[in-house]
Amino acid sequence: MQRRLLRDGRIVDDDWSYVAQARGNAEAALILTWAEWQSDRETWAERPGRLGVVLLPAHNVELLVPDMSRLALIGAEFSGPSEGRGYSQARALREHWKFRGELRATGYVRRDQVFFLARCGFNSFELPDTEIEAAQAALSTFSTAYQSANDAGLALKLQPHRQDIPASA
Amino acid sequence: MYRYDVVDKTLVHERVAQFRDQTRRFLAGCLSEDEFRHLRLRNGLYIQRHAPMLRVAIPYGLLSSTQLRALGSIARRYDRGYGHFTTRQNIQYNWPKLDAVPDILAELAEVEMHAIQTSGNCIRNTTSDHLAGVTPDELEDPRPWCELIRQWSTFHPEFTYLPRKFKIAVTAAAQDRAASRVHDVGVHIVRGPDGVPGFEILAGGGLGRTPVIGQVVREFLPREHLLSYLEAVLRVYNLEGRRDNLHKARIKILVRSLGIDEFRRRVEAEWEFARASVARVDDVEIARLRSCFDPPAYRMLSNSEPAAGKSTAFRAWYRYNTTAHKAPGYRAVYISLKKPGVAPGDVTDTQMELLADLADRYSFGEIRVTHTQNLLFADVQQDQAFELWQVLDEAGLATPNIGTLTDMICCPGLDFCSLANAGSIDVAKLIHDRFDDYDYIYDLGELEIKMSGCMNACGHHHVGHIGILGVDKSGEEWYQITVGGAAGADASLGQVIGPSVAKTEVPETIARLLEVYVERRRPDERFLDTVRRLGVKPFKERVYAAPIAA
Repeated sequence: MQRRLLRDGRIVDDDWSYVAQARGNAEAALILTWAEWQSDRETWAERPGRLGVVLLPAHNVELLVPDMSRLALIGAEFSGPSEGRGYSQARALREHWKFRGELRATGYVRRDQVFFLARCGFNSFELPDTEIEAAQAALSTFSTAYQSANDAGLALKLQPHRQDIPASA
Repeated sequence: MYRYDVVDKTLVHERVAQFRDQTRRFLAGCLSEDEFRHLRLRNGLYIQRHAPMLRVAIPYGLLSSTQLRALGSIARRYDRGYGHFTTRQNIQYNWPKLDAVPDILAELAEVEMHAIQTSGNCIRNTTSDHLAGVTPDELEDPRPWCELIRQWSTFHPEFTYLPRKFKIAVTAAAQDRAASRVHDVGVHIVRGPDGVPGFEILAGGGLGRTPVIGQVVREFLPREHLLSYLEAVLRVYNLEGRRDNLHKARIKILVRSLGIDEFRRRVEAEWEFARASVARVDDVEIARLRSCFDPPAYRMLSNSEPAAGKSTAFRAWYRYNTTAHKAPGYRAVYISLKKPGVAPGDVTDTQMELLADLADRYSFGEIRVTHTQNLLFADVQQDQAFELWQVLDEAGLATPNIGTLTDMICCPGLDFCSLANAGSIDVAKLIHDRFDDYDYIYDLGELEIKMSGCMNACGHHHVGHIGILGVDKSGEEWYQITVGGAAGADASLGQVIGPSVAKTEVPETIARLLEVYVERRRPDERFLDTVRRLGVKPFKERVYAAPIAA
């Protein structure tokens, strides 16, 4: 069965595969770990299908900038409930490097994080399957905010309060 | 003061609903202890020695009488009839029931209060000068900027899972009453080259097990860039602060390992980016916030001598527990929460209600919490000080000891806190018992004793003129004594005088330190300055010269 995913505020079947699942399918949209991507960057880049790479928390997003045009997806992995670097990685990718593709939160991702993750620019979330509906609802935990932000993955458009610059993505 | 608009109200009510759901899921077994810990901590809820402890935010220490009344009512109905004011200008309840916390939060929301980000690895309550707006020595009122930072930092989506907690203090006065140099970030309102006020930004200060005085990251920041600059500091910290070791995760460790110059370089580089994505501080918005802190409608009065001809007790109180005010005919009045026999910072439910009434009658309905765990009525008419004192005295709230030996800062210690190694409240009691002669206390002059029950330094012991740190020695409570610390504009860290002493020896140890001071001080020299002039040696020699009789 295909993994379900929360993306752009909707629950959808995941059309991406990790290397282990995609074996044999040369066309599959493929998500690589950082190590896989590094081990054979040229070969991966030349394959026909869409490509994505998952960053680890310690990675500087600038590592991916030279290849950004080749990547349709960038993932950021969360190692546990206290991991917070992915939030800054996402904002840097969206706001500074203008990454427009799918920005996916992977690893430890639960309903209690998705609101802030979405505000930082994540638009897709890998969640335990039992958590997906609740996480979708959690995208509207708050109906307003003090800060202007990216809000790429929120189901609703927040009114940034008192800071009247437009969201930058 | 700042009043909630529809956005603030909406956010706190939605937060109550969110936390109610999180608590329900935990009680139903859907969230593990660890998962719930990360959620409840971001809402000020600790699981402590006896019961949960709930810390309620008091932004920059400012309360309305309505809010204080509500805090009193909550203390009575959900706790054991008291609350504890902290060194972060917040209030803690030590005995709420876990399943009642959502209801407490709902009641707080009704009076524009919450417990958001009062614990956990996120941006905590912004603190400030308790004399903001009334002190003659400030450049401008820092509170509009505090409020701006409060809003920016509340539910900041990027900085909710930092390596460790993050504390910001703002001050605009010559005398630093907010301990800003021992904060993760200190914001000083200063005049720029063209005379227009902006900010000096410090970073990397902190207490805990590695005390550090903050260093200047930027000497002058134009005011419109405050939030983008803070965002740059936070982003560098969020990405590069250590997450592998709890004790090395504060920004002070990052600043120290990079060196201030390299840290500054990274912040400035990040700021180039942040400036493009974070709104400038808008003049209209800051004017709106300023208007929230307009001075109250002072009467046209002139200064008087209300203590003249009054009792010794009132004169002592007026001298020590009131301080200068910008407006003629007014004084700022401290409510001492350092009565002998009462844990420093504790207030009962009925005292809170009484103080709310008194604030309405004598101080425009506002109360402030000081980082030294006292309360303050900022705007009292000098000619009403006597009648106010009479009521306070009757209620046990007029101990005339502000700024003196018995005005101790003290954490909850072993009695309440699961982190503590040793008691601190009972040591405060021993000190009160030993030093009960007010002539002697007044003769000693300005003296700050600060006491923490463990390395986490909630009682700021490193920056006490005399610091007392509880340590565990094979199951027994011992105390390490430091001298020469200070939290103000001349911030310094205390030096350890020698081996730690037993609990019962603490008062005599302090007495010996003070003997040296009294013998060797110069006219008008504070204890702190005598220590700085003489060094630790003579103090150490006296303390350890002869054993302290049990």
